[in-house]
Amino acid sequence: MYDFNYHKPQTVKDALSLFKEADDGIYLAGGHTLIPAMKVRLRAPTDVIDLSGVDGLIGIREESGALVIGALTTHDTVATSEVVARAIPALNSLAASIGDAQVRNRGTIGGSVANNDPAADYPAGVLALGATIKTDRREISASEFFTAMFETALEEDELIQSISFPIVESAAYIKFPNPASRYATVGVFISRHGGQVSVAITGAAATVFRCPEMEQALSDNFAEVALDSIQLNADDMNSDMHASAEYRAHLCVVMAKRAVASMS
Amino acid sequence: MVQQSIGERVLRKEDLRFITGKGNYTDDINLPGQAYACFVRSPVAHASINSLDISAAAGADGVIAVLTGQQVAEDNLGSLPCGWMVHSKDGSEMKQPFHPVLATDKINYVGEPVAVVVAETYLAAKNASELVEVDYEEIEAVVDISSAQSAADIYPEVPGNTVYQWELGEKADTEKAISQAAHVTRISLTNNRLIPNAIEPRAAIADYNTGTQDLTLYTTSQNPGLARLILTAFVQIAPEHKLRIIAPDVGGGFGSKIFVYSEETALAWASMKLGIPIKWTAERSESFLADAHGRDHVTEVELAMDDEGHFLGLHVKTIANMGAYLSTFASAVPTYLYGTLLAGQYKTPNIYVEVDAVVTNTAPVDAYRGAGRPEAAYLLERIVEIAAREMNLDPVEIRRRNFIQPADFPYQTPVALEYDSGDYEASLNKALEMADYAGFAERKEEAASRGNKRGIGFSCYIEACGLAPSQVAGSLGAGVGLWESGEVRVNPTGTVTVLTGSHSHGQGHETTFAQLVASKFGISVDDVEVVHGDTGKLDFGMGTYGSRSLAVGGSALSKAADKVIAKGKKIAAHMLESDVENIDFEDGEFKVRESNQSKTFQEIAFAAYVPHDYPLEELEPGLSEKAFYDPENFTFPAGAHICEVEIDPDTGVVDIVKFTAVDDFGTIINPMIVEGQVHGGIAQGIGQALLEQCVYDETGQLLTGSYMDYCMPRADDLPNFDVGMTCTPCTHNPVGAKGCGEAGAIGSPPAVINAITDALGVMEIEMPATSERVWRAMQQAGGA
Repeated sequence: MYDFNYHKPQTVKDALSLFKEADDGIYLAGGHTLIPAMKVRLRAPTDVIDLSGVDGLIGIREESGALVIGALTTHDTVATSEVVARAIPALNSLAASIGDAQVRNRGTIGGSVANNDPAADYPAGVLALGATIKTDRREISASEFFTAMFETALEEDELIQSISFPIVESAAYIKFPNPASRYATVGVFISRHGGQVSVAITGAAATVFRCPEMEQALSDNFAEVALDSIQLNADDMNSDMHASAEYRAHLCVVMAKRAVASMS
Repeated sequence: MVQQSIGERVLRKEDLRFITGKGNYTDDINLPGQAYACFVRSPVAHASINSLDISAAAGADGVIAVLTGQQVAEDNLGSLPCGWMVHSKDGSEMKQPFHPVLATDKINYVGEPVAVVVAETYLAAKNASELVEVDYEEIEAVVDISSAQSAADIYPEVPGNTVYQWELGEKADTEKAISQAAHVTRISLTNNRLIPNAIEPRAAIADYNTGTQDLTLYTTSQNPGLARLILTAFVQIAPEHKLRIIAPDVGGGFGSKIFVYSEETALAWASMKLGIPIKWTAERSESFLADAHGRDHVTEVELAMDDEGHFLGLHVKTIANMGAYLSTFASAVPTYLYGTLLAGQYKTPNIYVEVDAVVTNTAPVDAYRGAGRPEAAYLLERIVEIAAREMNLDPVEIRRRNFIQPADFPYQTPVALEYDSGDYEASLNKALEMADYAGFAERKEEAASRGNKRGIGFSCYIEACGLAPSQVAGSLGAGVGLWESGEVRVNPTGTVTVLTGSHSHGQGHETTFAQLVASKFGISVDDVEVVHGDTGKLDFGMGTYGSRSLAVGGSALSKAADKVIAKGKKIAAHMLESDVENIDFEDGEFKVRESNQSKTFQEIAFAAYVPHDYPLEELEPGLSEKAFYDPENFTFPAGAHICEVEIDPDTGVVDIVKFTAVDDFGTIINPMIVEGQVHGGIAQGIGQALLEQCVYDETGQLLTGSYMDYCMPRADDLPNFDVGMTCTPCTHNPVGAKGCGEAGAIGSPPAVINAITDALGVMEIEMPATSERVWRAMQQAGGA
């Protein structure tokens, strides 16, 4: 790790101004992507702005039909939250499937979503549930948020403060983990509300995406058999030493069926 | 006094310090004034070095020196040697590229060290290492093992990139048996390349004392004595009596810490050059790049049978990847530790094996848990299983028909080895019972009702351990003897200090050896202390690998203990006024036969050091004895592994639902420790079969350079293991032990793959049998 300046602001305003003053600043949430990258010298920020002291970024609450999770809430907190369990239990199991206990005790929802790793779990939930990302300056809808691999609609210094998930009738997340990293080789999040079905898939392509073929089929008939004839185009899928594009395309359908089965 | 005998589950004496953080590993050691080293490593696989500019690094903050391959060459250090000469079919010696401590003008694999920065802190060394400017002119890399022999030569001295073309067995007889056989089964298979991943990365501190001119090297070695010999006699770092190697607590080796590497050697040299202690601890990324890897064979096999499935002939043709250089024992692994094992547990009358060893632009490949024997067991147990299917025989039945029977021992195989003892059917029968083979069909049906494919696979492996009879090894090309040393020092109060040339890096020697010696003397295990891993304290010894420690090192201690007892009898005879012939030693007492006269072990020990009533005219005082034990033969642990899997037809995910291992390790000192060794070995074998794969891309970049991509088995990947034992003692060593350290990694991979192919109804699938490979096999078989 190279030397860097460490800051621990107490307000969002201070965090923003520290970021502006830095040559090459970066926000630190749980750090479970950033710190390993710094340790192997792939990232070398001049200034690390630790958000763990900023007031108001941690917590889970239900608020006018939505589940609101503070950006610095850890995966473990979400995984074990009774509020989440009452509102959107699929988010409990999504959070519980991330990494291992150590990672879940440090990693945060805001960090995961802002990083937009193509194999991260949260983006699938955020997109399928049509969540709203509330930042220091605006609200961004999930459909506008995830723009490309490791890229989001966030401005360079923009800070996520919370994520608001509409509470749906039912939802499920099923993932096929990479056996080495346990990130999602494919992860499928399905939500169902008022006859509308949303399907978001992570791990399979450059960034999380909605799957209109599955949504249409499941809106017509919410059953596993509805997905029997779905064949996703492997051309759009990731291919690496762990899984070919063709296998990923196949797994998307299998995981989607399992999600449907768990909701039926 | 608690006396613990051979065969008891004594808790490990070493565990208190390990589980309470009181171990003393190399990285725990810090010397006054020590500097830190960081290696500059090549980012490319194959290149000429046009220039190397160290000026910026040498001037950086905290930097003491930047040393390069050029300076190593100027100091005339030798090539890092390969200790086993293998000859080709035509009688020529193997071709060895010069293996420099630091590269000079040519790079041959990614991660090869080209310079070492020594600085006041590790951070300063690492920062400066990035300032070393190397101009690499890249050359097309040779990576693929199958095409290596037709690729451009990496070294002019290794034409065709071929190190040797070795053979063993009778070619003409085997070809004849195959051409005339009623049935021939043929397969091609790959034994996947693995990265060892000991939990403690390699580390060293070199400490040269300019006053005494003594060089001390603390390092993570499985064999400090052997390392000293190589560094002094071959690399010529220092005279042997001036080099002390200390391998303190070491956190796992699996073979990867047998070898003498560039980094530890460079550190020793740099400390002498600079006159200061220098420390280096590998980062995990360095372990991936620069620890010797394992396996990496491609093989074609033919097995000829008569119409009843009796084996008539076996022909094996293998290409073995050596990587960029020949590591310390690399040449022996795919030859004498591989070809000689191809009889397995079977009476195959004709066997012929050919092995071409090739160099490639990848990290060196050397012994890794099992070393050659997993590769042999894998191909043999795969082809036997496939042969059974082709012949419509039960896989158990085909094995029974071909087993070497108990009455056949000693059994001379057609591939040089003579097995001393074994009862293969006994292990298999016990395993079949434990695994409830009879109930398998029902379990398969039940799994099918849940939509899963269930399969069962067998593996009846053998290994040759207890390395090795020195003269046999020497006649086959070994550059060293393979005996072991041991010393039993009885202290005046009757406690015992045991010194061994074996090295424990997780195997539990401090308990097993203590138990062995304590039971010899009838004393408590707590009264025996085992010392190992320090050439300054011990006689020259050969170390730990090849499941040899108890069979060879333990036998040396057994013999030394016998000498103590023999001397004790003389002392007792004097004190008890009897003849030595009339003294018996049992349960910790020297007794005059047919009398009530006796002296305890402790009384005799005291008398030996306070010799007031003592036969000084004919006996020296003291009670300390040594033995060097050179085995008469290899030992032949063997066993039967049975694996049962369920496969999810939608994803191809394999779940090992039941794993049974019944092993014959001869006499067992501590069953708990042995079971632990078996568990660890099976975990590694399942890792190889399902998860682990070292991947280089076509340019020689290591793609599996971290745990994000290199898949180590985790606890939740593994089932509960059912482990059982049978016992035919080794006939030629005093302990009766055969060795247990590698068996799990040898026996398990073919059992897993046989179970998967059985479940899928296909003949072949490559390791690691990833979910995608399994899914594709189902697609091809039309079963998904």
